[in-house]
Amino acid sequence: MMEKMIFGRFIPGDSFIHRLDPRSKLLFVLGFIIIVFLANNTITYALLLAFTFLVILVSRIRLYFLVNGLKPVLILMIFTFLLHLFFTQEGNLLWEWRFINIYEEGLRQGIYISVRFLVLVFMTTVLTLTTSPISITDGLETLLDPFKKVKLPVHELALMMSIALRFIPTLMDETDKIMKAQMARGSDLSAGSLSQRLKAVVPLLVPLFVSAFKRAEDLATAMEVRGYRGGEGRTRYRQLKWDLEDTVALLSLVVLAGVLIYFRQ
Amino acid sequence: MDIKLQQVSYAYAKGTPFEKRALFDVDLTITSGTYKAIIGHTGSGKSTILQHFNALLKPTEGVVQIGDRRIEAGKKNKDLKAIRQKVGIVFQFPEHQLFEETVLKDIMFGPMNFGVSAEEAESRARDLVDLVGLPTEVLEKSPFDLSGGQMRRVAIAGVLAMQPEVIVLDEPTAGLDPRGQKEMMDMFYALHKEKGLTTILVTHSMEDAARYADEIAIMHEGRCVLTDTPRKLFSEEALLKEFRLELPRIVQFQHRLEKMIGHALPQVCLTEEELAKAVAHAIKESDRP
Amino acid sequence: MSEILSFNHVTFSYAPEEGGRNAVEDVTFAVQQGEWIAVVGHNGSGKSTLAKLMSGLLFPQQGEVRFKHDVLTEENIWDIRSNIGIVFQNPDNQFVGTTVQDDVAFSLENNGVPYEEMVKRVQEALQQVKMEKFLNHEPHHLSGGQKQRVAIAGALAMQPQMLILDEATSMLDPQGRAEVLKTVQILREKIGLTVLSITHDLEEAMLADRILFMNEGKKFAQGTPAEIFALGDQLVEFGLDLPFAMKMTKLLQAQGVQLAGKHMTEEELVNDIWTSNFNK
Repeated sequence: MMEKMIFGRFIPGDSFIHRLDPRSKLLFVLGFIIIVFLANNTITYALLLAFTFLVILVSRIRLYFLVNGLKPVLILMIFTFLLHLFFTQEGNLLWEWRFINIYEEGLRQGIYISVRFLVLVFMTTVLTLTTSPISITDGLETLLDPFKKVKLPVHELALMMSIALRFIPTLMDETDKIMKAQMARGSDLSAGSLSQRLKAVVPLLVPLFVSAFKRAEDLATAMEVRGYRGGEGRTRYRQLKWDLEDTVALLSLVVLAGVLIYFRQ
Repeated sequence: MDIKLQQVSYAYAKGTPFEKRALFDVDLTITSGTYKAIIGHTGSGKSTILQHFNALLKPTEGVVQIGDRRIEAGKKNKDLKAIRQKVGIVFQFPEHQLFEETVLKDIMFGPMNFGVSAEEAESRARDLVDLVGLPTEVLEKSPFDLSGGQMRRVAIAGVLAMQPEVIVLDEPTAGLDPRGQKEMMDMFYALHKEKGLTTILVTHSMEDAARYADEIAIMHEGRCVLTDTPRKLFSEEALLKEFRLELPRIVQFQHRLEKMIGHALPQVCLTEEELAKAVAHAIKESDRP
Repeated sequence: MSEILSFNHVTFSYAPEEGGRNAVEDVTFAVQQGEWIAVVGHNGSGKSTLAKLMSGLLFPQQGEVRFKHDVLTEENIWDIRSNIGIVFQNPDNQFVGTTVQDDVAFSLENNGVPYEEMVKRVQEALQQVKMEKFLNHEPHHLSGGQKQRVAIAGALAMQPQMLILDEATSMLDPQGRAEVLKTVQILREKIGLTVLSITHDLEEAMLADRILFMNEGKKFAQGTPAEIFALGDQLVEFGLDLPFAMKMTKLLQAQGVQLAGKHMTEEELVNDIWTSNFNK
């Protein structure tokens, strides 16, 4: 299940959306999250849904892949839908069977909430699928730059994030390796009582920490030798470039907002 | 205990967009009591295949037969633990698996997981530190206070303490200095000879494969492309070239010498000692009128 | 020739108060411009401590380390570091960037090199190690040898006066090791880079102009590869291995094969076997 999960993953590509500046994408998603709350009737929700599918289309991510990868999230969505469907008791009674009563308002609320949920999840997933984590970090670092004035360590946070991203695959491999080595020595992580299982985690965690600390030490040495001494006086190799496309993307959001305001009740 | 792989294929993250096939239709037999080397470049599937030997990975296609246990693709398998007691794996850089407070406890970890009593496990540990060439005092020390080479020996003792019938070695000498490398390889060879331990050496060192193995299997791009005795295998220079593998240094040297003296020696020599004898013999022959 | 780096009676201990053994004791040597010097010794002989003293990660308790006649101090260390490139043992633990080009640019960013200049230097450095096609690769998709070549490129981008390889090949497979050594040899030919390599691989040390042999923290011997290998069995005693040709010579002589002398290369040995025995 975890292998299939695509929430938060990045798939390289060359679509219009892939090529956008991470800053415009971050602002776009942030704006979209706000705009979603403008919708309050069938036509506005339909518009939101249509807009989301348009974005997915432009990103050239296969819908099947997106739905398949977000299954766990979608199950949660269906659950919320049913919750609203069964427990909202307003409007006309549509259907009645034994103790189950379905009201018009319940159906409506269920659909609205689900659509809202769906477009938010899809849109943020499109962001992470089309933007490499390091680009997101770069985008955040630049967008948060003004906060340096209030002593927010923006550069340090961004560096920490980029190093974490760099080492996630390495540490995942390491975890797998140590787990296999202990399994080969008869350790069993999936059997026994809770306390037995907790005990079985120790042989995994100790080596993992030892190795992570060793890596951190080596990395700190390497960084120092290569002249790292904080953010001051540093230049940036990763440059962000704001193009016409980025402006267009944000404008499309403004248009959407306008249309929603026009149609909402 | 024989290990038999039949038509084994394996893919990581099967059924996802991230799927990556690592093994294709591998047939391989490790006969009880032999010393088998598996050689190939990084990424040839060596480390994937070795995890099949004790069912850490289950084939996505095909069958792995370990002793009397059959691991089949797509079938549920219970109690794989019993297999792991019989097939011990010394992973690459095994010192990374140490975790206990003392060396003694770490060596006892494996056997006690398989239900061996504490007394028995401790007595095994005491015998083994000696066997792997460490002083008895280390037993009470923390493994993290030892040198890298010593830590590796502790980890190896920890695997041997399970008293496996088969031992799988994944690049056991990586990162050691030359003396450490030789001591390590000689130790495993002695274990193989004296206790009849079935040994599988996964390596990219042609020299070690030539010197120690009874049989060599060559992995190339996820397939097992050749299996033969070292002597036959290293007579086939052209074939090895196809798989971007070089002859062991000693065989390269023999070829150079043969070119110079104008005729071939009776057979391919696998160790320096063997070649020295063969050369001395050839000189005697040539001196005869 | 001018001197680039020198150690003058350097002594260092990790625990000076507790009276522990000195990791480095009274070591004196100098590296000349354009030279390749190899520091050999078994694990624990103090050779890695030398690397830390050279880069100012540690400072000696006695004696001094000089870079181009300047004694290394806390004050000038950052300037000196920008003139020395170091490649460490573990390929993974020194890869800072998320992609190849980011990693090569890391030192440049730290030293405030302007953007246009960085782009140029990253390109050039990657071309020098033949990794220019891997610009956007992530580290976990590279082999160990490739990662070490990227690390060399990262050092080259700073246009250093000297490259230090601190056991940079010891965790690599034979292919990776060959790749890295080939790269260093090419750099020596093309730009005359000064190289100091710390290793326990004597085949690697044979490529050097001069070898410094460390044992128990002390300088045991120094000289050309021929001079060092003439020590013969003493090397074996200290946990090192003889070069292949020398081992073979000994074994042949033990079998009663006539040989004119000791040989360092296979070619010499083959010729000697021929002339002394077959071609009489």
